[in-house]
Amino acid sequence: MSYSEKVIDHYSNPRNVGSLPKEDATVGTGIVGAPECGDVMKLQVKVNPETGVIDDARFKTFGCGSAIASSSLATEWLKGKTLDQALEIKNSDIVAELSLPPVKVHCSVLAEDAIRAAIADYKRKQGDEAAGDGNRPGEVAAGQARG
Amino acid sequence: MLKFPIYMDSHATTPVDPRVLEAMLPFFTEKFGNAASRNHAFGWQAEEAVETGRKQVADLIGASAKEIVFTSGATESDNLAIKGVAHMYRNQGDHIVTVQTEHKAVIDTCKRLEKEGFRVTYLPVRKDGLVDLDELRDALGEKTILISVMMANNEIGVIQPVAEIGRIARERRILFHTDAVQAAGKVPLDVNAIHADLVSLSAHKMYGPKGVGALYVRRKDPRVLLVPVIDGGGHERGMRSGTLNVTGIVGFGKAAQIAAREMTAESATLGALRDRLLDGLRNELDEIHVNGSLEHRLPNNLNVSFAYVEGESLLMGINDIAVSSGSACTSASLEPSYVLKALGTGDELAHSSIRFGLGRFNTAEEVDYVIDKVSSVVKRLREMSPLYEMARDGVNLSKVKWQK
Repeated sequence: MSYSEKVIDHYSNPRNVGSLPKEDATVGTGIVGAPECGDVMKLQVKVNPETGVIDDARFKTFGCGSAIASSSLATEWLKGKTLDQALEIKNSDIVAELSLPPVKVHCSVLAEDAIRAAIADYKRKQGDEAAGDGNRPGEVAAGQARG
Repeated sequence: MLKFPIYMDSHATTPVDPRVLEAMLPFFTEKFGNAASRNHAFGWQAEEAVETGRKQVADLIGASAKEIVFTSGATESDNLAIKGVAHMYRNQGDHIVTVQTEHKAVIDTCKRLEKEGFRVTYLPVRKDGLVDLDELRDALGEKTILISVMMANNEIGVIQPVAEIGRIARERRILFHTDAVQAAGKVPLDVNAIHADLVSLSAHKMYGPKGVGALYVRRKDPRVLLVPVIDGGGHERGMRSGTLNVTGIVGFGKAAQIAAREMTAESATLGALRDRLLDGLRNELDEIHVNGSLEHRLPNNLNVSFAYVEGESLLMGINDIAVSSGSACTSASLEPSYVLKALGTGDELAHSSIRFGLGRFNTAEEVDYVIDKVSSVVKRLREMSPLYEMARDGVNLSKVKWQK
């Protein structure tokens, strides 16, 4: 398997690795994928509630280099976008930017799913502050991601 | 001085030993005869070289030279052994017993025979990768004609109890084939001690050239007969037609001779390097799991799962080291290693596995470099891994409902 220069760059110098406080009402968390499939992505957005603009984005990914690069790229693209703009990011955009081969397209799909899951989580928190209380962090996130 | 990339993938292949190459070279140019040419000196010279090689390979496994059939490699040997027995002894039975962790050359050959109407039992293995002998006994029936169990596994290096399996096969008058590609030249192998009737060998796993292998076929007690897979001029006692690969056979013979002489010392060296590698990794990293029995194992194999880190991303970070991953993404298929799955390793750890295969030319300095490099990349990837974070937060990962 040979990787494109952009994949290698994101793998070697990943952007925005880390975690934001899950409990924060302005943070949306999406966790998608499953360990037995070889890919798990956690993607978080911090949204300015007044402007609806994504101020910050972070990721952590268990997966191949293309999965790491897809989520790293996603966080770069998310910053500064409104939620509606963020939802327009398509997996095909990621495939094109990173020159992913066909066997790695699923990595980009996962990144798009993670973006949607994180935004859905943020919207849920805004609409229903009580949702998810009392659950363990991982279970909350993965459960929310299914929606 | 370290030379990069560092090769540590000896289960895939090994370089030709310079002594082997030296022995081979004349047979490309001056001594180029066809071993089947009976009318002139070129042919006699080639035939003599082939017979020397045959004796050297036979000596490595305690066989007689006449029991060695040269092939193009171990895949062909496995095909010839299993299809050859199945088609020869079809009127005596239609059942074959093998193991889930066999090489694809055995598994897929058996699958082909199933399409022809044969029945095949694929035995599971225990958590340590070894066959349960009681389960093996239970699987045998009146119509069982062949047991095929590899001596050492190509991914996890575990050594099956072939002597016991051979004894069981002999008692039941069932033929016993073992794929000894990884074991031959690494650990002692005597076809009579293990009651093997058929043994597959490959030159390029023991510092010989690619493109040549052998099948040991027992000649007495019992005399094993095979229906050939390749028809033609009747070379190799009619079991494998085709002009003999004289240069390859000369190299194979020389490699077998070196292995026989140096195996004891080399095994000790490789075992020490392997232990140095494992100890070094364990000193640097927590949550690393050795796949398969450490006790019943080739001295040069280490297969480790680095929890919370995906294998392909790890390989990408250690691209100056040539190793192999059991992860899905490295191959076109999206399944993790079927061998690790058969151990019950769990897909998550199967995706996190790396196979190190030490060889004759590896050094302690290289091992130390590999320890440092692998440890630093694993640490970096764990900092990037949501699973590592969740585990440290006390989340039970097996209870999480993942979105697949």
